[in-house]
Amino acid sequence: MLKLTHVYALLGAFLLYAALLNLRQRRWSMAGFWAILAGPFLFGDAVLAASAAGLRWPAQAMGLGVVGLGVMAARGRLGTTAEDAATLEARRASAQRLGNRLFGPALAIPLVTLALVLAGPWLRWGERLLVDAHQSTLTALGLACVVAFVAALRVTRAGLATGLGEGRRLLDALGWAALLPMLLATLGSVFATTGVGDAITALVGAVIPTDNALACLVAFALGMVLFTVIMGNAFAAFPVLMAGIGLPLLVQQHGAAPAILGSIGMLTGYCGTLLTPMAANFNIVPAVLLELPDQYGVIRAQWPTALMLLAVNFGLMWWLVL
Amino acid sequence: MNYWPLLGVASVVIGFVLRLNPVFVVVVAGIVSGLAAGMGIGDLLAMLGNAFVGNRALLLMVMTLPVIGLLEHCGLRERARDWIAGFRGLTLTRFLTSYLALRQILSMLGLTNVAGHAQTVRPLVAPMSQAAAERSTGPLAATARHEVDAMAAATDNIGLFFGEDVFIALGAVLLIQGFYAQHGIELEPLAIALWALPTAIAAFVIHALRLVHFQRRLERRARASTGTDREPAC
Repeated sequence: MLKLTHVYALLGAFLLYAALLNLRQRRWSMAGFWAILAGPFLFGDAVLAASAAGLRWPAQAMGLGVVGLGVMAARGRLGTTAEDAATLEARRASAQRLGNRLFGPALAIPLVTLALVLAGPWLRWGERLLVDAHQSTLTALGLACVVAFVAALRVTRAGLATGLGEGRRLLDALGWAALLPMLLATLGSVFATTGVGDAITALVGAVIPTDNALACLVAFALGMVLFTVIMGNAFAAFPVLMAGIGLPLLVQQHGAAPAILGSIGMLTGYCGTLLTPMAANFNIVPAVLLELPDQYGVIRAQWPTALMLLAVNFGLMWWLVL
Repeated sequence: MNYWPLLGVASVVIGFVLRLNPVFVVVVAGIVSGLAAGMGIGDLLAMLGNAFVGNRALLLMVMTLPVIGLLEHCGLRERARDWIAGFRGLTLTRFLTSYLALRQILSMLGLTNVAGHAQTVRPLVAPMSQAAAERSTGPLAATARHEVDAMAAATDNIGLFFGEDVFIALGAVLLIQGFYAQHGIELEPLAIALWALPTAIAAFVIHALRLVHFQRRLERRARASTGTDREPAC
């Protein structure tokens, strides 16, 4: 049975390969960066199992790795290498030659993912499922990437080394931006463990007039947006704001409808996600991927939509909830 | 109540204001927040390590890089542009609005990972958007090209965010239901998911209107610059 663990192992191997190529070119910090990052993918399950069994050093070593990544990122720089006219011309010629066949492998990633997710429950090898039902979308995505890579090698008649080398070129171009989403989620867990949420809730509770329903709703909506902007993730903001304002004040004291408050409250947080560099995988990574000169280019393109939607969400909550 | 962990939040804000490297800022903020909560170095490192491993699914997009890198090396982006340029009557607004609708519907079905910045935006949607824009504006100047790319990425985000909450068995709805269940309020996931529909529709309408406005602005600027001297393409 194919599990997410197998996909992780493959991803870890690719990161190690990227580290090795950088090592050969004496780009030490890049090599160290990808080598450390390969750790959670190659040994992740072992680390979690050891922690659960009370053995602490593997997790601590991983923590030390995180600190190392932070230090290396602070010293390194992002940079895409400029392309000369010859490569540009070669790409044009190859695009002419291969034509629409180039779309096949690119579209195979979404389509194979989709097919595997939908057909997953029926794909069996004897008695066992071919794709693990747990987190099947992510496993399917990993599998689809492998299928698409093989297809891409066939269509372009490139060698394995060229293919992986091109992948490594993109990975190096992404640099620390590739790592940021994972680290921000880590910070979210750290904030939750250290009680940052409780502290903010206590502060908010001390400031707003709790017997005014509208004031509570304003505090809830703005709190969702603000906390999402700081944490980069509405999922992290939601439990904090619900426990602090939503449930005790709006639902229990002012009789708000819980389903509507929860649903639209979460979407109010999403408006904050569109505004913040902390949501790196949505706002910073694409800016790097698209080689925008401005790190905040994507946020600049979406903030008007976010603010208008925020107004709509607030209106909906005021009308439907109170 | 221990207010000292808030120093972690303060370090994030200060780090971003000073434009320090985000990875460095985040690691420092984690350490500050842990120390302020009175954790020892050993506990702190173990917590960082476990949380890091627990969130590794977020790096899965790296799996797409070899495919996308190889195809781009062989001219995928150029081909995507040429293909879209061959459609008559296809404008930037129509193209991105269709993508927005497709992305919202796919997310509503729980297929959030089918598209994305690495999977679809960089190799396909961004070059196609440029080609669609150039149909009505002529060759784009560098700044306009970056704006079109950024709008393509923004459209992907908006389609994803305001579609996924309608899907029952995924993240957001289960988180909301789980929170209420913990506090003794039992809700059907469907009841929560349906209330995401008004916002989903509003998101589509608002962003589609902004796309109309965006294309008009690009056209106005292109007309203004053709009067003087035209910037070379690419």
